[in-house]
This record gives sequence, structure tokens and C-alpha cells, in this order.
Amino acid sequence: MAKDMTKKKIIIVGGGISGLLATIKVCELGGEVLLFSYCPVKRSHSLCAQGGMNACMDSKGEHDSIYEHFDDTVYGGDFLADQLAVKGMVEAAPKLIKMLDRMGVPFTRTPEGNLDLRNFGGQKNKRTCFAGSTTGQQILYALDEQVRRWEVKGSVKKYEFWEFIKIIKNKEGVCRGIVAQSMNTMEIKSFRADTVILATGGPGQVFGRCTASTICNGSAVSAVYQQGAEIANPEFIQIHPTAIPGSDKNRLMSEACRGEGGRVWVYKDGKPWYFLEEMYPAYGNLVPRDVASRAIYKVCVHMGLGINGENRVYLDLSHIDGNYLLRKLGGILEMYSEFVGQDPRKVPMEIFPSVHYSMGGIWVDRLHNTNIPGLMASGECDYQYHGANRLGANSLLSAAYSGTVSGPEAMKWAKTGNKGSELTDEELEAARREVQNEYDKILQMNGSENAHKLHHEMGDLMYKYVAIERDNNGLDICLEELKKILRRWDDIGITDRGNVANQEAMFVRQLRNMILYAMAITKGARCRDESRGAHAKIVLENGKQKHDADGELVFMGRDDKNFMFTTIVNYDPKTEEPIVTYREFDHSLIKPRARNYAVAKKE
Amino acid sequence: MAEKVRFIIERQDGPNDKPYTQEFDVDYRPGLNVVASLMEIQKNPVTVDGKKVPPVVWECNCLEKVCGACMMVINGKAQQACCALVDNLKQPIKLQPARTFPVIRDLLIDRTRMFEALKRIQGWVELDGSWENREAPIQNPYTATTAYEISRCMTCGCCLEACPNVGPQSDFIGPAPTVQAYLFNLHPLGKFDAPKRLNVLMEKGGITSCGNSQNCVEVCPKSIKLTTYLAQLNRDVNIQALKNIFNN
Repeated sequence: MAKDMTKKKIIIVGGGISGLLATIKVCELGGEVLLFSYCPVKRSHSLCAQGGMNACMDSKGEHDSIYEHFDDTVYGGDFLADQLAVKGMVEAAPKLIKMLDRMGVPFTRTPEGNLDLRNFGGQKNKRTCFAGSTTGQQILYALDEQVRRWEVKGSVKKYEFWEFIKIIKNKEGVCRGIVAQSMNTMEIKSFRADTVILATGGPGQVFGRCTASTICNGSAVSAVYQQGAEIANPEFIQIHPTAIPGSDKNRLMSEACRGEGGRVWVYKDGKPWYFLEEMYPAYGNLVPRDVASRAIYKVCVHMGLGINGENRVYLDLSHIDGNYLLRKLGGILEMYSEFVGQDPRKVPMEIFPSVHYSMGGIWVDRLHNTNIPGLMASGECDYQYHGANRLGANSLLSAAYSGTVSGPEAMKWAKTGNKGSELTDEELEAARREVQNEYDKILQMNGSENAHKLHHEMGDLMYKYVAIERDNNGLDICLEELKKILRRWDDIGITDRGNVANQEAMFVRQLRNMILYAMAITKGARCRDESRGAHAKIVLENGKQKHDADGELVFMGRDDKNFMFTTIVNYDPKTEEPIVTYREFDHSLIKPRARNYAVAKKE
Repeated sequence: MAEKVRFIIERQDGPNDKPYTQEFDVDYRPGLNVVASLMEIQKNPVTVDGKKVPPVVWECNCLEKVCGACMMVINGKAQQACCALVDNLKQPIKLQPARTFPVIRDLLIDRTRMFEALKRIQGWVELDGSWENREAPIQNPYTATTAYEISRCMTCGCCLEACPNVGPQSDFIGPAPTVQAYLFNLHPLGKFDAPKRLNVLMEKGGITSCGNSQNCVEVCPKSIKLTTYLAQLNRDVNIQALKNIFNN
């Protein structure tokens, strides 16, 4: 059969939940998808999401409402999320759950056979649908299966183990293709497209150890940033309060532990001190993540009350029935036992906060178009929906929802957009050659630095200055240090000059992108002189961190007048440095109010 | 000086090259696992003989035993490298690629055949579309629990590596993809196509190639009761075969 040349061709980079849902939508609308991924899409990082996906199902007799989900999300995000975008997402949530249920996601059920719901942070009602404690894995698998079905029908061509390198613009400046490289044969190739969607996930690896997979390096986002795509709100990095610290990675212990009744404590004066319950009586252990992380940090670092003086607190499930725990949290309890060697049903777990999620990312409009025509972004790699702090179990929701928006919009652009001219063979070859030359240069690098060591150093730097507590002195130092690391990148030496699966050379290229993205995060944080959500900035007095009469650190307050704007970061090709400006966003539906989880929410 | 852990690693420069071994020492620390050790080798890729070599190539993503990527043969047993703690392994630790699959380089293997097998067994629900059309059917919570158990299969390939009937001598698609057919036959909408899946399993490379050696269930890192579901499928396939005879 002759190939249908009239089919619209959409390139989707990334095969997590957002990329796969976008793929399905494009196929349903008659398009053809070229799907690029670092790995078989079934191994994408979405599968690390544990606790669940929020949707107002209202099946627990609590009179939950979509409005309540909307308000919790906006309030939890400290009024920095575009409210019209959030409204669209929360309204779609119950429909998405029903669709995923039909698709075969094995959600945990009640005795009556309905979908069970659990509690999650920052929400008073049970609203989180879940499949044991591996909800992301189960949703990803169901979507992977549907995409495989479309692959059999011939609508999807997978490029697994291919790395996206950059987009190709035509002479009108419209994105009409990409350059990618096979991670096994190292072949570099250009591809044409009608629309390109990036669904490449978060930049966790910029911080070295984090809860993210090794493939979550933000490299693709940084690449398009260097090609003119705007980054929004990069300074808002979520630190998850409960992770198992590790030298290779910090392993997430789901918020579902607290949702199912887990309590956080340390010893104080010889007795267990349930500090979250004492500090935040209304929400207790179920305060949002930014609040919980700051409290744990304070108790360990400033009060010195961590377990054995180390940066650890207890997350305790041992008072809950063991069989109940096994049914609701089996997967992650098994993980804790496996990696730590203790049974959380009997002994309290030891945890500490870790970098987890990026609220910020590529700027997109409500239909997920970036500022570069023909280029879209979807999922964690975009900045939409979460404002200054994401609520737990809203990430699976935003991943799924964004795919259902970006997919159809990509087809609409492919059919009716002002795309300008198709790329010529010469343009494709020129783009390929440029990437080939850059790669060949990396293969020749013969300096004294080891890329993995340099990466480790950058991670330490980012944790030290741009994590839970920030101040302008530290951020200034961090920016200078990052510039030094960027210069040291030139002095990397590699030992692998082979042409099969050369992971070292690929990592060197990714590392440069990561350094430039780290600078965007740091600059965004430096310019935002307030505290909001995950961004907490300490007041400086005479160049020193300010303390109040009780010796407590003084943080800047939220400054709606000057900073209730989206941070926009542009790349300056001359200096390689980020340029920060601010942009209005929609907050017309819910009036901003102070955020206080010590008392029950007032609307 | 810090205590060292010795690794003997089977390497191979490309798909058609000859394997060879190299030895590396890594500083011991509590909780050290095999992936973390390979990361240390990346930072300082020097063999015990003091030779600077290209870092070892392997595949990993999540490091939480949920993505399935880092499966390799460790001290002779197929398992995930991320949760293989050095404390639980006899030293020196021997790492080899899972040679049931084509080797791309070092410990990196090509598991395409598993994903192709999922196409063959039609491992999906025939959905009308990814939109809302009505309420999803109620599901028996006990059946859903079984579905969840099987659905945790991460396509890592341990069971194929351990199965004596998977290899050049046979075209058996392997335990994991076969059992996935059982998963979709359990689903209230997926079961509409159960006869199709069972007929596929009747064909060459299907369930008749399973020799019931029980190795798969021993190595499954997710403790999926593979042999139980293979037996159940065998029964379902036989019933389907009878139906095929009497309905024709």
C-alpha cells in the first residue's frame, strides 16, 4: 500500500504519560506520530509516581466538589498558577479517571467495586484515585498498551533509544523538524514534522541526587531554551519532604504514607515530638510539600533535633494495621525494606526532604504552544498548572490532562497553522551537520575534568544554595560558581571514543545543557525578592541572614504587588546567561489570600 | 584506607565483538548497590591494573526497581542491579549481560523481542477512544487485586533469561508476555477479545512451548505468580481449542 502522504506528521519527544496521551490523541485524529524516547517508553519516569491522581469523584460521602479541587490547587500553588488553565484541568479530571479505568488501569477498589480514594496533602477531602502505591506505573502501562495498538495499526513509529538534540526552524522561524541521535549506533539524523511536541519531563538531575530517574536531566528543555524558547518560573523546584536519602539517588516515600495515617516525628526532650501536628493543627501531617519540607529542614538543621544529630526524621506507620498497609502501600514498603533492610510496618522509616519536581518549565499558553511557532510542550517540562508549589497527586493529573490538550492542538496547528515553508533537503542536512560537528568535537575532548564528577559538584552547589532556603548572597555565589563550571566543561576529557552506545559522550553534551538550565533556575530565584510556595528567601541585614528576637530566621513575605507575575527567562546567546522578565497571567477567578495551613482553609 | 569491593565485569565493545572481562575496585559504603557501584566506575574508569578504560555501559532509569531497565546477570542470577545490595552478594561480584537477548555493548542488551511479543498477544483493551463515553464498569475487587499483581510486570526479562525454553532452540515468546494475555482477559472490556489472545497462544511460540520448569517464578523481581497464571492460561487455551472445534 502506498504511504499516505497527506497524513499530518507530528513529532513527540518523550514517552511518559503526557507524551503517550498526546500520541493517542493525534492518532485518533488521523495523524501520524514519530515518537522519540531515551528508553522504551514503558520505562519512562512517569512510572515513579506512587501515591495517586487527584480527581473529584465524590464517592466517599464528603460532598467534594470540583470547585474545592480548583481552590485547593490554586491556594496550594500560592496563587501563581494560571487559574483558567487550572480550571480546565480539574474539570477534566473525573472524566480522565473513567477513561483510564476503561483502558485497564488496575485502580484499587472498594468492597463494592468502586474506585477507592485516599487523602493527600493540602486537601481536606478524599480525592486521590490510586493503584496500590505504583499509580504512575499503572497509568503509564495502560497508555503504553494503547500506543502499541496504534503502532500495530501503523500510525506510530517509535524511535526508542534516540536522543533529541535540537529543533530545526524554517526560514520563517517556524519549528518544522528536529535533529536526533541514535543512542546505540550513534547515527545522527534530521526529521521533518508539521508540529513538534516536547514531553521530556523534569530537570531533577540538575540537582544530582533527587527522586527523579537518571533520564530526567532537562537537557531537551535547555536545548530549546538556547534556541529561543522561553522558560517560565524555573525557580520553583519542589522539595519532597519524605525521601530515603541515598548516594546514588534519593528514593521517594510517597505522600500516601501520610495520607494513610503516617506521622512525622523526632525526639525532643526524650519524647516523640509530632512537630507537623503541633505547628499546623488544621492539616497536621498533611500540610503541602513545601510547608512540610521547610519544617523538617528547620527541625534538623536549625534546631539540631534530627535522628542521632543527622539530617533525618521519622516517618511512622508502625501504629497502623500491617495488612491494611500491605494492601494500600505494598509497593513502596517493599522498596523501603529492600533498600534499607527494615520493615516499615514494624520500625519507623527514616526520611529527609529531596528535590522532586519542577513546577517551572517551558512557557506555554493554555493550549500548550510555546513562543516558538510549531513547537509545543506538555507535561512536567512545561510550566503550567502548579504555580509556586504543586499539590501531591496533581502531577499525574497535569501529565495526563496536558497530553489531551497538546495532542489535538498539534493536529490543529498541522492542518491550519501558519507553518511557512517545508524544510528543504539542504536545510535538513545543514542542521544534521551542525550537530555532527558538535558531537565530533566532544569525541576529541582531551582535558582533565571528568563529566560525572563535574555533575556531582554542580548538584552539591545547587543543593547548597538553591534548595529549601535561599538568600541573595548564596544565589549570587551560586551563579558565579555555575559560570566557572560552564568554563570547566570545556576542559572535560573523555576516555570513550567508540561509536557504539557511547554514553559518556552523550552525557557530556547533556551536562552542558544542564549547567545552562541550572543558571536559569538560580537567576530566577535571585530576581524573585519574596517568598512564595517552594521559593523561600531569607532576609539579609548588613549582608547577613536576619534573625528575629527569638533567634528564628526571618523570611521575606509574599509580595503580590511586585511578584504575582510569571517569571520569564530568555537565553542570551552572547553571554550564555539568562535574562529575567515578568509576565501577567490569569488570576481572575479566585482572589489571592494569605496561605496558612495552621488553620482550616477559608474561601 | 576504605574497604574495597571487587567487580569482575564481562564487557563487549559492540554487537559483533568478542566478550572479555575487566576488574574494578569500588570503595565500600553501607547500602551500596550494583548501579551505584557502576556510577562510581564512571567517575573513575580505571581497572585494578591501573589501566584507564572507557566506562562500563549499562541501562538504568528509576533505581527503584520499578522501570525494569537495569536487569543483568549478577553472580549468575538475572536480577535488577539497582536493588542488588553489595552486602547481600558474594565477592568478587561478577556482572554479565543477559545473553538471552542480543548484546549491544557491555551490559546493555536489546529486549525488543519482549515488546514485539506484547503486540502479538494483543496486550491492550480495544478502546472506542480516549474520551469519556459512559461510566466505566464496576470491577470485582478480588479480580482487580489479581490484575494489579500481574500488571506490575516491568518487562525486565529476568524470566526469559531464566527460562530454559527461551533461546535459539525454541520460539517461545517467554513467560512475561504470555502471562500478560491473562491480564487483559481479566478486564471487563478486555475479555471481549479473550478468544483472539488464546488463539494466538495456541500458535507456534505460544503456551505449548512452556516446559513448566518453574524457573520464571523463582526469579521474578515482582514476585508475580507466573506459573499459576501460566497453568490457568493453559486451561483456558485448551477450553478455547475445544470451542474452536465444536463451533466450526
